[in-house]
Amino acid sequence: MDFFFHLLINGLSIGLLYGLSAMGFVMIFKSSSVLNFAHGELMAIGAFLFLVLVSWAHVPIPVAFLITLVGSFVIGFAVERVFLRPLIGEHLIFVIMLTVGLASMFKGLLLFIFGGNLYIYPDFLPSSLGITINTLVIPPVYVASSMTGIIFLVLFGLFFKFSSQGIFMRSVADNQTASLSLGVHVRRVFALSWAIAALVAAMSGIVLGIINGTNVHEITSIGLKVFPVVILGGLDSIGGAIIGGIIIGLLETFTAGYISPALRDVIPYIILVFILLIKPYGLFGLVEIERV
Amino acid sequence: MKDATVLQINNISVVYSDVIQVLKGVSLSVEKHRIVSLLGSNGAGKTTTLKAISGLLHPENGKVTEGSIIYDGVPVQNSSPEEITRLGIIQVLEGRQPFKYLTIEENLRVGTAIRWTKPYKRDLEMVYHYFPSLVKRRKTLAGYCSGGELQMLVMGRALMAHPKLLLLDEPSLGLAPLVVKEIFRIIARINEEQGTTIILVEQNANMALQIAHYGYVMENGKIVMEGISSELRENPDVKEFYLGVGAGGVSRSYRDVKSYKRRKRWL
Amino acid sequence: MKKLQFHPCGNFKQRYEEELRIFETDFGRLWLIVGALVLFGIVPFVSSPYLLYVINMTGIAAIGAMGLNILIGYTGLISLGHGAFIGVGAYAGAILATRLGFPFWLAIPSAGLITAGVGMIFGLPSGRLKGLYLTIATLAGQIIIEYVLLRWESLTRGTMGITLPTASLLGMELIDDRDFFYVIYVVLVAVTFITVNIMRTRYGRAFIAIRDNDRAAEGMGIPIFPYKLLAFSISSFYAGVAGSLWAYYMISITSEPFSLSLSVEYIAMVIIGGLGSIPGSIFGAVFIIGLNELLRSATDLFMSMPVFRGFGLNLASLREFAFGLAIVLFILFEPKGLAEIWRIIRSNFRLWPFSY
Repeated sequence: MDFFFHLLINGLSIGLLYGLSAMGFVMIFKSSSVLNFAHGELMAIGAFLFLVLVSWAHVPIPVAFLITLVGSFVIGFAVERVFLRPLIGEHLIFVIMLTVGLASMFKGLLLFIFGGNLYIYPDFLPSSLGITINTLVIPPVYVASSMTGIIFLVLFGLFFKFSSQGIFMRSVADNQTASLSLGVHVRRVFALSWAIAALVAAMSGIVLGIINGTNVHEITSIGLKVFPVVILGGLDSIGGAIIGGIIIGLLETFTAGYISPALRDVIPYIILVFILLIKPYGLFGLVEIERV
Repeated sequence: MKDATVLQINNISVVYSDVIQVLKGVSLSVEKHRIVSLLGSNGAGKTTTLKAISGLLHPENGKVTEGSIIYDGVPVQNSSPEEITRLGIIQVLEGRQPFKYLTIEENLRVGTAIRWTKPYKRDLEMVYHYFPSLVKRRKTLAGYCSGGELQMLVMGRALMAHPKLLLLDEPSLGLAPLVVKEIFRIIARINEEQGTTIILVEQNANMALQIAHYGYVMENGKIVMEGISSELRENPDVKEFYLGVGAGGVSRSYRDVKSYKRRKRWL
Repeated sequence: MKKLQFHPCGNFKQRYEEELRIFETDFGRLWLIVGALVLFGIVPFVSSPYLLYVINMTGIAAIGAMGLNILIGYTGLISLGHGAFIGVGAYAGAILATRLGFPFWLAIPSAGLITAGVGMIFGLPSGRLKGLYLTIATLAGQIIIEYVLLRWESLTRGTMGITLPTASLLGMELIDDRDFFYVIYVVLVAVTFITVNIMRTRYGRAFIAIRDNDRAAEGMGIPIFPYKLLAFSISSFYAGVAGSLWAYYMISITSEPFSLSLSVEYIAMVIIGGLGSIPGSIFGAVFIIGLNELLRSATDLFMSMPVFRGFGLNLASLREFAFGLAIVLFILFEPKGLAEIWRIIRSNFRLWPFSY
């Protein structure tokens, strides 16, 4: 039974992490209909930026955290500005291929700098963060990662529901021409969604690094898992991304625990193919409101 | 008393995708605090004229190739919609385009985009004052509202921006006659109480000329007639072709239509 | 004697057949014969073994890229699983040759057919899904196939890999690069010939119609689902042929090369060469394989210099960066690829000195 709960908690916190990272992905897709294949690389950039600051430059943790978030925000903004803006209105193929190209570029660059080694962050989480229920021990990393996940989810939920910029972002996703006619700065919204997505990706990259250590190949391959997650949740639903993330996380850990650890990394994709065949637009994709 | 001219369009040509010429030398001027109505059949270029003013030609690959649009002394032809809306020109698109997945109130809040740092509560009240039927729907997703409510919503959304010049594109499209009347009454009230200058594009010439001060008639990308509304309404050609009142109720033969066209060319 | 035809100075086509014609002038035909003579008569004898190896790899890549171009460039279905399909072809060829003792000439097309079948399975979602979702489905295909190749040990021998018997054709053993050169390039010419002709038939036109607007295509009576599946199977067939040729040429195979980055490499070929252009697929293959070899020799060069040893080691990872950069630059500055540059150069020659 302990084993079951252990897996459950493990799966939940990994799943929350997937959900968090998928949220950034969905944000870009919602506002500009761009499928971002470089999402895993954005995660890796965040994780390694944090690594450089913490382990090499010995910046205090909270400061490093802040700098990483700001830095990745700026990177996301710049990526949109330099690479994606010229392609606004271009054919879908080119936009997708561009992100595929960007992914390769970033990955190559990271490998060039850091190589394929595994780096571990210095241990900075207080052990008091761990929770013990009877015989069940939840290590501090899981508690911390779940907490950051939840905090950011709530923050973003509030941002989209109540803040002006959040509402503008949703309006652009909804009807671009109408937003333009009201003076919404659509290009700024695109840039903002990339910046926020990069920030969220960096967040999940850091948390991932705390749990597993950072390795370019590992993080980028986890970055690809946003696809099963968002397909499960529906490409345009932020709430769906979270639920999809949790489902995939649980599925993975239980598969690894009860069936075969080797199957762990493909099971999300097998599920993905089935979902695409049965319920193509995801479990929580928006039901199109059609009226003329 | 004659008010100052606020918008002056000088002989503009608009071309889509570098090949399709839609406007061929359109000139018109709009005086402050007036309602100017733009009439014409489908494809005459009314909507394109509005889009040329509001900058929305951009995303459709259209361009003003000749002439100038002067708003308040500033040339605005081919400026981006972001800049133009910040000058106070807001267009209400044809065919009611609400944000379907946003609630009514969120929809209205998008209208504050050009001055989003300022408080918006009082503007909401102002909009609810003009469109009381929106109040009980404020938490509903716009996708589930009726056509009349949506027309009020998109107009209210534009009002949130405190427009100085409001461009209305066919507000009566697909609405029941009673609702149309209601909408037009509100348009006249907005013009009177807020002092908003309004350009009104309409198929329903009768209604439009009742509230407008001045009118232009467009055909094939050109202005073919203009005048004070009351005069336009009395004009025999307008009467016949736009107001649907045949001279003496006799149906005209095709020959007369041709003579009308010939006459128009000389206007 | 027939009069030679030259380029007219404008578009004077009067009949549909003229539009469909492959060679607009007899010069084109002449050049093709000259080119074929040079390719088969001179190239294999003047090239060094290394150069010939590079040329062979280019030929194999061109076959694969042509398949992907049918899918992406002509039918508008973006696939991220082409690398895995090449892997399926390689393994199918290897398994048929070792387990079932298929001869070379039979193993290659059979591998193609098996890959076509696998491709169709992953093309199935295309019946219900539009662009983006389909791309994700092919991504899943890539990862699942990679896993199967590595883990189905009873069939693929996992990380051990498979060693193939020497290929023999018409009683001759294919031993050195030159033997393979002839096989690969005959296949490439045949594949090019088939592709050019598919694109002139109703099937090719249906693909293009689906790419440009699948709803409208459906409205005009094109059953889009069967055609999409057909595009998937043709594309995978080419991948299978390329993969099995690769397996025979390499003699032993493991699942390692058939990763997502191989898929990206093929996408790069198609984009850089030119979407929807048959010569473009070949240009793309030449460009990418050439770039690959260039970077490899740069790495070797740096490795041989003690000062730069560490630098050279990391340089290998810059290959990925270079592919990415090439894709990005081409999309931003010449989205129609090398084929378009080639067309511009050619028409400059043709129209000189009056380029308008």
